[in-house]
Amino acid sequence: MRIQYPPNVHIIRTPCTGRLETEYFMRAIENGADGVLIAGCLEGGCHFIEGNLCAKRRVNYTREMLAEIGLEKERLRMVNVSAAMARPLADIIIDMVETVRKLGPNPLRQSDTSRKLETVS
Amino acid sequence: MIVAQRKSIPAIMEIVKQHKKILVLGCGTCVTVCLAGGEREVSIIASALRMASRLAGSPLHVEELTIERQCDNVFIEQAADAIGRNDAVLSLGCGAGVQAIAERYREKPVYAGLDTAFIGILEERGVWAEKCAACGACVLSEYGGICPITRCAKRLLNGPCGGSREDRCEVRPDRQCAWQLIYERLRGIGQLDRLKKIMPPKNWNASLDGGYRVIIREDHRI
Repeated sequence: MRIQYPPNVHIIRTPCTGRLETEYFMRAIENGADGVLIAGCLEGGCHFIEGNLCAKRRVNYTREMLAEIGLEKERLRMVNVSAAMARPLADIIIDMVETVRKLGPNPLRQSDTSRKLETVS
Repeated sequence: MIVAQRKSIPAIMEIVKQHKKILVLGCGTCVTVCLAGGEREVSIIASALRMASRLAGSPLHVEELTIERQCDNVFIEQAADAIGRNDAVLSLGCGAGVQAIAERYREKPVYAGLDTAFIGILEERGVWAEKCAACGACVLSEYGGICPITRCAKRLLNGPCGGSREDRCEVRPDRQCAWQLIYERLRGIGQLDRLKKIMPPKNWNASLDGGYRVIIREDHRI
């Protein structure tokens, strides 16, 4: 089908979105990711019954936490797509990249003094 | 177990803003089980504080550590080095843990990162409910193991109040009526006659009103 999606997306495979923890989302943003898109299986279609539902709750929790921190919660988003939904997935990725572009770069990347401090000590 | 929940990130930032290096100290006992202050929450809150402080323009150096039990000197010692090399400690223990650390390290500011809520149990995944008010004089044996002090909104020892609807409390309809539960429980164990007894007003001397409570066991003292 040769469907295109933006090249500035880094794909990370996980066994199931249920494997994803709040810490992972936090670390991704802390380390400078402009946005994190979680693509889980369709609701009701999880091989592990409720892995994607667990992920959904954790994503929602983390979004609230990002707001508390002072970051835009739109930088973290979860969608449900099946393996047969290439076109919708590409559109979602394009939309996510567009959303993030409007928000601008992750402000944490401009001031990483703290990370340098951590490496030193 | 003791049940607590985390303070908001802005609230914690306000508490620690005068420091440059802090230790986020978790506790491996009650607050780990109630998902408020264990190793995982230490990692999440530390990450959040690093991000929030960088956004505020004054980056915090945040060290993470979780010890088995903060309310016990034997375990507190394991945090000595980490506490020593930081400006302050943000404890994710319960109120007892925070105070135990503060008493042990008198020269070090120790702050609470959690709001300690109550003594309770996990009712279902992600839901904790209060079961014990630590009143100091337990009356559970009279009520079939259901505490009217904690679970009745009016703390009635001679209930029910008459305001409940079905099995719902009239004060908070999302809560069960403790006296309905007591009645059903006593009927189930064949002890309904206990309800005929009029209970005198409870003696609250054993509770918190006379200052903090101390238990002394002479047989265990050295």
